[in-house]
Amino acid sequence: MAEANTIISVNNLQKSYGDASALSGISFDVEVSELTVIIGPSGCGKSTLLRCLNGLELFDHGSVRIGDISLEMNGKSHHHLNTQLRHLREEVGMVFQSFNLFPHLTVLENAVLAPIVVKRTARKEAEEQARTLLAKVGLKDRMDYYPSQLSGGQQQRAAIARALAMSPKVMLYDEPTSALDPSLVGEVLGIMRQLDDEGMTQVVVTHEMKFARDVADKVLVLSDGELIETGSPDVIFTAPRDERTRSFLQRYL
Amino acid sequence: MKKNDLPQRHRDTERMKTWERLLWFIKVASLCLCASVAMASPAQAQELKWGGDAEGGAPYLLPDPKNPRQIIGFEIDLMEALGKQLNRKSVFVQNQWDGLIPGLQRGNYDLAVNGIEITDDRKQQINFSIPYYACGEQLSVRVEENAITSLADLKGKVVGTLKFSLAQRILEQAQRDLGGALDIRTYEIQTTAYADLANGRLQAVLMDWPIAVYYSKPNPKLKYVGEIISQMQYGIGVRKDDEVLLKQVNDTLLTLIKSGKLRRIYEKWGIWNDDTDKLFAKMTAPEQKGEALAEFTQIVTQKLTWRERLKRYISYLPALLLQGAPMTLLISILGMAVAIALGLMLALVNLYAPQPFAWLARAYVEVFRGTPLLIQLYLIFYGLPNIGIRLPPIIAAVVGLGLNYAAYEAENYRAGIQAIPRGQMEAALSLGLTRAQSLRHVIVPQAMRLVIPPVTNDFIALFKDSSIVSVITMVELTKVYGQLAATYYDYIGAGILTAAIYFLMGLPFVRLARWAENRLATDKRIITAAKKRWLGVGAKPA
Repeated sequence: MAEANTIISVNNLQKSYGDASALSGISFDVEVSELTVIIGPSGCGKSTLLRCLNGLELFDHGSVRIGDISLEMNGKSHHHLNTQLRHLREEVGMVFQSFNLFPHLTVLENAVLAPIVVKRTARKEAEEQARTLLAKVGLKDRMDYYPSQLSGGQQQRAAIARALAMSPKVMLYDEPTSALDPSLVGEVLGIMRQLDDEGMTQVVVTHEMKFARDVADKVLVLSDGELIETGSPDVIFTAPRDERTRSFLQRYL
Repeated sequence: MKKNDLPQRHRDTERMKTWERLLWFIKVASLCLCASVAMASPAQAQELKWGGDAEGGAPYLLPDPKNPRQIIGFEIDLMEALGKQLNRKSVFVQNQWDGLIPGLQRGNYDLAVNGIEITDDRKQQINFSIPYYACGEQLSVRVEENAITSLADLKGKVVGTLKFSLAQRILEQAQRDLGGALDIRTYEIQTTAYADLANGRLQAVLMDWPIAVYYSKPNPKLKYVGEIISQMQYGIGVRKDDEVLLKQVNDTLLTLIKSGKLRRIYEKWGIWNDDTDKLFAKMTAPEQKGEALAEFTQIVTQKLTWRERLKRYISYLPALLLQGAPMTLLISILGMAVAIALGLMLALVNLYAPQPFAWLARAYVEVFRGTPLLIQLYLIFYGLPNIGIRLPPIIAAVVGLGLNYAAYEAENYRAGIQAIPRGQMEAALSLGLTRAQSLRHVIVPQAMRLVIPPVTNDFIALFKDSSIVSVITMVELTKVYGQLAATYYDYIGAGILTAAIYFLMGLPFVRLARWAENRLATDKRIITAAKKRWLGVGAKPA
């Protein structure tokens, strides 16, 4: 594929906690509009990898490039990075397993906070945009509710709308449905599917294998901080090359 | 005492002719020399216990500069002489000056002697002996001051004096005469009043003449102006029911006056004056003998009916509510505002600032939390003028309370901020907010709500602690209470009334806090439970 279409480029990413290696030399690319799913057993480093993509975790060596902004590490101090991290985060939306909505703000206020504070958008304009997004995720009637008054699925959809309000180029999801009642999982995955149809670039850490198989353009398999296999869902789910992938998938399928 | 008193004892023995008295004296003197604290039991019956306040200072009662454990003063000499005449050993009992009369009534000692002026108010509570000393008030100013020569020149000036004194009443009268254009500051201790005069916080000080002799005259920065103002007489306080002792004391005092013993004591201390000279002349004049005695021993015991008592309590209210309460409220609210602002800053610096700053914030909390508020107030008000910072009392009070409580608020906020889940900061950072923006819009608003109950607690505590600022000449609720109680010797009635006012003034803030808690609640389910309770007062687990 053409270099111009690559929106995320991860190169030889390494991170360790003391002596314990968390990520060892991971490299991969993501094309514009692709939905990439990262799977692997618990503790394999998939959340850490995802959090490195928006600078919530800093890595020791290697580089991450998203759009025009790149972070490069060579084991030295990170203090000079603050401004760069902020620019990076403006381009990248993040959705958490535990939603992390701001409980003291209504759903609408959650969605307009960052545009007003960070982008200095006028309140009226920000609210207009937020209403459109909240309607899109099916929360038209819940905009003035506080997070504690919503179901888990509604909260996660509000969190997605909040991230989208910053008009990110890339959306990251860290196990977005793991904290949800099984009956509510579908409504969240539905939104992600819809965003995929609209051409949003998304990277998802999940255990929803059916979703991965049906929607993903690319699947990354991590084990013990190593990227052991990359491929289209057809290949990964029907003919995995690596023994570890096979034994992991057996537990889910 | 031993060193100073021995020559005097010799003089006295000349007049004690009988062999028996000499023997008694030798016995007591040897006991004194041994400085034996635990008296032998036969001697205990002979003790003449009298109360005074050694903090009162020279020349009345003061710790001996050469040996601070020893109390000296002209009143010590007076009581030694009195005891000797009565064949009883004079024993000094330390008691706070304001509480000398209650202490006497409670039976902590049998006589109260410490420059207590004979007044009609006090006569309702206790009996007074015939006066043993008379003097007036002396006005002092700075040497370079030329505009003030009398009370009439005090218009628009700031004048200090001791609280509950004749001088205070004279100044209050002058204040009325001047249409209120006189700022009176009252002090617990004369040295601080004169220090404030010397450093310019006061423009004049009015004080009992003997005090001025000891504290104003030796100070090269100060000078006397004007004549001696007014006159008062000191008497020895005796319990109402102790009429035998009263007669003994009166007879003995008269003996000491006639023999010239008292005059010698006053001359030794350099406080013999015209007022006392005239007083003694009048008391010892043959045709008037007994008249003065009758004047001061004939005291009507006046019992108040409950109706009169109620009337008196109602008469307290204007002073308490109009003078005391607003000042307490003002100091508390301003103090808390300082504490909250500074406390939040300290908590944020402690948690997020780089090393030396975070360490300093922690040190601040430890120091201000770990040292007494009273001492902090003294340092701010009386200590800072030494380095040229002279704060008016109200500013010193607000700063003192604010700085102290900021340490507690800092810890409240730190707890509140640390209780916010980490995911909140991560979510805010992920949206592109800076750390400071995340704190301002996401973390601190949530922490604020969490800490409302402990902060309300602290506000109520500060509200009550504000009573301490009376030590730096502020007239607030507790000070007004002290003045009322000291005037009428009614500590219980006025005390309950004042406590009730504190309680009632605190209630609205408790309600306000509860309302804010509900309004800011993010989990609306817990509100209803709180609403059901009476006035919403008190904490109840959700």
